Amino acid sequence: MTLEQSTLDELAEIAGRYPEARSGLLPMLHLVQSAQGKVTPEGIEACAEILGITPAEVSGVATFYTMYKRREVGDFHVGVCTNTLCAVMGGDEIMATLQDHLGVGNDETAEKRDGDAHTVSLEHVECNAACDYAPVMMVNWEFLDDMTPQKAVALVDDLRAGNEVHSTRGPRLCSWREVERVLAGFPDGRADEGPSAGPASLAGREIARERGWSAPSAGASAPASGSEE
Amino acid sequence: MTDTLTPVLTEPWGADRSWTREVYEAHGGYAALDKALAMAPDDVIAAVKDSGLRGRGGAGFPTGMKWSFIPQENPNPKYLVVNADESEPGTCKDIPLMMANPHVLVEGVIISSYAIRAKKAFIYIRGEVVHVIRRVQNAVREAYEAGHLGTDIHGSGFDLDIVVHAGAGAYICGEETALLEGLEGRRGQPRLRPPFPAVAGLYASPTVINNVESIASVPSIIGHGADWFASMGTEKSKGMGIFSLSGHVKRPGQYEAPLGITLRELVDLAGGMREGHELKFWTPGGSSTPLLTAEHVDLPLDFESMAGAGTMLGTRALQLFDETVCVVRAVLRWTEFYKHESCGKCTPCREGTWWLVQTLARLEKGQGSEEDLDLLLDQCDNILGRSFCALGDGATSPISSSIKHFRDEYLAHLTHGGCPFDPAASTVWAGSADQQEVTA
Ligand SMILES: Cc1cc2nc3c(=O)[nH]c(=O)nc-3n(C[C@H](O)[C@H](O)[C@H](O)COP(=O)(O)O)c2cc1C
Ligand code: SF4
Ligand code: FES
Repeated sequence: MTLEQSTLDELAEIAGRYPEARSGLLPMLHLVQSAQGKVTPEGIEACAEILGITPAEVSGVATFYTMYKRREVGDFHVGVCTNTLCAVMGGDEIMATLQDHLGVGNDETAEKRDGDAHTVSLEHVECNAACDYAPVMMVNWEFLDDMTPQKAVALVDDLRAGNEVHSTRGPRLCSWREVERVLAGFPDGRADEGPSAGPASLAGREIARERGWSAPSAGASAPASGSEE
Repeated sequence: MTDTLTPVLTEPWGADRSWTREVYEAHGGYAALDKALAMAPDDVIAAVKDSGLRGRGGAGFPTGMKWSFIPQENPNPKYLVVNADESEPGTCKDIPLMMANPHVLVEGVIISSYAIRAKKAFIYIRGEVVHVIRRVQNAVREAYEAGHLGTDIHGSGFDLDIVVHAGAGAYICGEETALLEGLEGRRGQPRLRPPFPAVAGLYASPTVINNVESIASVPSIIGHGADWFASMGTEKSKGMGIFSLSGHVKRPGQYEAPLGITLRELVDLAGGMREGHELKFWTPGGSSTPLLTAEHVDLPLDFESMAGAGTMLGTRALQLFDETVCVVRAVLRWTEFYKHESCGKCTPCREGTWWLVQTLARLEKGQGSEEDLDLLLDQCDNILGRSFCALGDGATSPISSSIKHFRDEYLAHLTHGGCPFDPAASTVWAGSADQQEVTA
């Protein structure tokens, strides 16, 4: 598998965003994953050559971060949060249910059956900063909030069947490789999809509105800076 | 009297297209920028100092003071780095903030960079939140289009570029010096301090690293004044902050209130604990802050009161667990997290977290003996204060605090020959067998 010239150009472009080229390495590895489905030896070589460091140095970085994959994941990479809060709220049960339903262990890709449009892989993830929506799942790093074992099973079935699925707090789900490209810093123009916030994010704001609470003199024309007293 | 809840940062959330420049500006966005650009940079620093703003990323260091440590006579470029790695278990405020209102962060970055005289700023966002990254990328693009970024911003002669940088999965990269390593394209392992980043940070140049919420608070401080900000909160913990309620509470979510609100007030607002259950233990500011119990619900949630109770305000990540939850199970899971996330640089943490998991896992299975509790505390002693960074210290918090408050529950595992709790009772769908059919 060789990298296309356009990818090599984009790798160099990423390095060019930073005062020192090596700063581009994390997004560059995201781009390698987008182009090749995982961190490949060619990808490592290409990054090393552009940055003027050794492939061993690139490898050392790639192995440090959990989002970089040495084996291909599915078209849809499903993460179940099993950090304490989500685990207790039902994440453990969701993870067990999905392992059973897909016939896989942690960090494995389910077999593509006849008629499946897409593949699904499964991994447990750590707290994804969505605890107010526990138990939480991620699909290709989009939020699937307030999950149950039943919803989780229906979700992976839909993904395998090729049905359109939306994040509960985000856009229509796209492939893992497309997402990796956004992480590399190449926007896909989908920022306007999905809501402003989910219901839990708005809990306090709604109560404040109901009760007429606000910050002091918020909205009043601004007084001078504090040093004036 | 200040109102119980004071939405400032969360106020625009939920509005139609709240993430766009158009909507942000329609509500007065980017007005504080003009005001700041008309001030001398040192006066902006003074205003932030006077406001009493303390870092919202966990440690609570005074933000204006941090900025004043930047040696302006140093010939190297100055940098601002926003810590948007939000990965401390329980913490879930910066992510919805960037999703719903990314422009308040961008405006904060511009004002803060102007104050410290940085011409380049970085927003380091954890990689596992792609839609948040889309929204921040989009806000930065829109800000360039409007002339809020780039050269000669608003005709002030001030230039600034922002780079949005996605991480790649590593809790330790939230630690500020590990974050800098990640941003320099290396393994995220913390650096020795001193030198502090203010003197030698990114590319060995003077660097300010601040949390998302800290930087996002800056436009309101400049816009409404330091006194306005300082009129909220307690004596040494000023201003509003986002409190994140999660777990067995009726209405989990984000509640923006003056620092010093109590957990009792917050839980009341959230409708109480779930029906028929009561609060057993909670974290005030993420899993790295020692656990508290129902005894502590009337303490002001500010830096001083939490320190007085032997814990920390941290990130105001209030994870609430009711009496169905086994504290040993909870603590074991957090400890497995720390073991997994230990960067391996120093021995007390790398080896210590491994041993903690071994010992705890045995206890949870009802194996071992009462002496294992002392062994655990001893292991914690060997990590706390002996680790290279605060991750190691944090790993000991749930263990030592849970043994302090729930020693009997550990012992019950030994007498019971395993965990006496039913994990099914803690789930969201517990007790509703038919609800499971319905949702199927
Ligand atoms: C293990 C570890 C993880 C951390 N994670 C974060 C984080 O995700 N976000 C954050 O802002 N600060 C985090 N911090 C704190 C930072 O090191 C630093 O104190 C903070 O970003 C400073 O910003 P502030 O002064 O605005 O709070 C973490 C610290 C440690 C030790
Ligand atoms: S305390 Fe843990 S995370 Fe911090 S440097 Fe040591 S090994 Fe790494
Ligand atoms: S514990 Fe699951 S998102 Fe925080």
